[in-house]
Amino acid sequence: MSVLVFTENWDGKFKKMSFELVSYASKIAEMLNTQTVALSIGDVQEDELKKLGNYAADKIVSVNNDKLNNLDNQAYTSVIAEVATKEEATVIIIAQNNMGKALAPRLSVKLKAGLGAGVSKLPASVEPFTIFKKVYSGKAYSNVVIKSDIKILTLAQNSFEFEENAKSHAIENFEPSVGDVKTSVSNVQKQTGKILLNDAEIVISGGRGMKSGDQWAPIEELAEVLGAATACSRPVSDEGWRPHEEHTGQTGKIIAPNLYIAAGISGAIQHLAGISSSKCIVAINTDKDAPIFEAADYGIIGDASKVLPDFIEAVKEIK
Amino acid sequence: MKILICLSNVPDTTTKAKFVNDNTAFDTTGVQWIINPWDELALTRAIELKTDAANTIENITVITVGGKDAEPTMRKALAIGADDAVRIDVEPKDAYFVAAQIAEYLKSNPFDLIFSGIESADYNGSAVGGMVAEFLNAPSVSAVSGLNIEGGQVKITRDIDGGQEEVSVEMPAVLTVQKGIAKEPMIAAMRGIMMARKKPLNVVAPVEVEALTEIVNFEMPQPKPACKMIEPENVKELVDLLQNEAKVI
Ligand SMILES: Cc1cc2nc3c(=O)[nH]c(=O)nc-3n(C[C@H](O)[C@H](O)[C@H](O)COP(=O)(O)OP(=O)(O)OC[C@H]3O[C@@H](n4cnc5c(N)ncnc54)[C@H](O)[C@@H]3O)c2cc1C
Ligand SMILES: Cc1cc2nc3c(=O)[nH]c(=O)nc-3n(C[C@H](O)[C@H](O)[C@H](O)COP(=O)(O)OP(=O)(O)OC[C@H]3O[C@@H](n4cnc5c(N)ncnc54)[C@H](O)[C@@H]3O)c2cc1C
Repeated sequence: MSVLVFTENWDGKFKKMSFELVSYASKIAEMLNTQTVALSIGDVQEDELKKLGNYAADKIVSVNNDKLNNLDNQAYTSVIAEVATKEEATVIIIAQNNMGKALAPRLSVKLKAGLGAGVSKLPASVEPFTIFKKVYSGKAYSNVVIKSDIKILTLAQNSFEFEENAKSHAIENFEPSVGDVKTSVSNVQKQTGKILLNDAEIVISGGRGMKSGDQWAPIEELAEVLGAATACSRPVSDEGWRPHEEHTGQTGKIIAPNLYIAAGISGAIQHLAGISSSKCIVAINTDKDAPIFEAADYGIIGDASKVLPDFIEAVKEIK
Repeated sequence: MKILICLSNVPDTTTKAKFVNDNTAFDTTGVQWIINPWDELALTRAIELKTDAANTIENITVITVGGKDAEPTMRKALAIGADDAVRIDVEPKDAYFVAAQIAEYLKSNPFDLIFSGIESADYNGSAVGGMVAEFLNAPSVSAVSGLNIEGGQVKITRDIDGGQEEVSVEMPAVLTVQKGIAKEPMIAAMRGIMMARKKPLNVVAPVEVEALTEIVNFEMPQPKPACKMIEPENVKELVDLLQNEAKVI
């Protein structure tokens, strides 16, 4: 028996999220009194693989195969399934991100394993296996029992407090049987040198209250001094004031940073659907009745064009 | 080319979530039902592509697994421009159950492209599309934010964490779509609404499938403590609170 965790690397380096996943998997392994096996797909050096051991992986299975250079959902699924079967995994942990959403459902069918999508804490019990997940885009939660022998959980981003817990671990290179690959990738564009919205611990976001696209300098500067990413509400990206990648909410990105600062955003329910899992929300708005204040932890009733420059100065003083 | 769009009938996004029967069932009283926003965008893109005859799209079908109460939403899809609709007549049990029903239908009614949305606005499972693909042993592309057809081949843009890729895929294939696939959802015109009444909406019997999960009950989020207000002249105090109280900077 084991708990298998699928990790992701970026150009051979693990993302913070992968450590969060391994740590989460190891806690479930403890509940089940079994071991944690971490799976890595790609060209990752041994030094890097070892880092997974720092988060309590007992075993690290490394797969490096040319057919897997690009994400083909079918091929990746069959590799994860093969390793899961080999390791007799009864629980499989995957991230609730683009890649996880592509793979977890396929794996669920392949292994006839019930899927708990977007969990944010440990199962309440393993017998029956009861998970807690958000529904209605964060307006409610549900307790769900997974009835199948094998369970798949996708972990919501930045939802689990993880810590280093180094363990002695084994590293194994594994050669899977990869079938036909039916997708091909021709052109890859990656953002470089920018903090990605989904990875950011702090996010500064602007809404229609910023008045126009050329009023964004204070938001960008505050992001710069705080080491934050920038985001926006949907009308802002619809107007072309900001790029579409920044749109957060029900129909945009769903994020969960430690700190979300909303300037000139009213707090419509569809906007909150994308940001309500943030640990701390700050709202700056001229309207004391704006619904964003109901979702916020700290609020300032004021003009963002005046408050933000003071904010930047105050942060500079403490940095 | 034949396109199938998986269509989820969901409460309007402004609906307040309320539950009945000891918090085991969603309270549908007064709820307005809509096409899941992603499915509406998928339909929009399919219709856009169909208007170009060079793309040789013969047919756009929408399919829903659900009871009769899903039909008004399905008619909306027909009014917007789908050619016909299929309803598999059973209450959904979980995503696996829904996908198994759709896959079963596809085994005797093949399509070239199958669209699903990246997430339903109700159960937030992000599951049905990928599951259908695996049942059919067909390729799938997820997080699709752009789609074109060139010489009978599909050209897909998909979002990856931190970037975008151009992808081509063998058909039949399942595409799970998200923001970008179409700009604005298409709205039904009067003529479309008239025509929708005459378009076929076929009701199909379900197959026996066992669900793998079961919702025990629902909970409301913990009430948030009241927002702490800070005077606009006092931004320093806010920064101090963020640093020393919330410990987030
Ligand atoms: C199906 C559907 C899906 C949707 N999905 C999304 C989504 O994913 N994301 C999203 O964001 N929206 C989404 N929306 C739109 C949503 O309903 C709101 O219209 C939108 O979020 C409002 O954006 P906003 O807060 O920037 O603008 P507004 O609602 O216009 O708010 C502007 C705010 O700025 C304040 N303000 C004005 N001047 C100043 C100033 N000088 N300083 C400080 N504050 C000021 C005002 O008091 C106001 O509260 C969706 C809608 C639908 C129907
Ligand atoms: C009475 C009742 C009881 C339920 N009990 C449970 C339960 O115990 N456990 C549980 O997990 N779920 C339960 N559900 C939820 C229901 O089964 C969901 O429709 C199903 O889980 C799919 O939702 P999802 O969030 O996984 O969809 P997602 O995978 O997030 O949806 C993505 C896309 O899949 C397609 N899609 C989704 N649903 C349908 C559909 N019904 N027909 C056609 N296409 C669709 C759409 O294209 C959609 O955009 C219940 C629902 C009802 C009405």
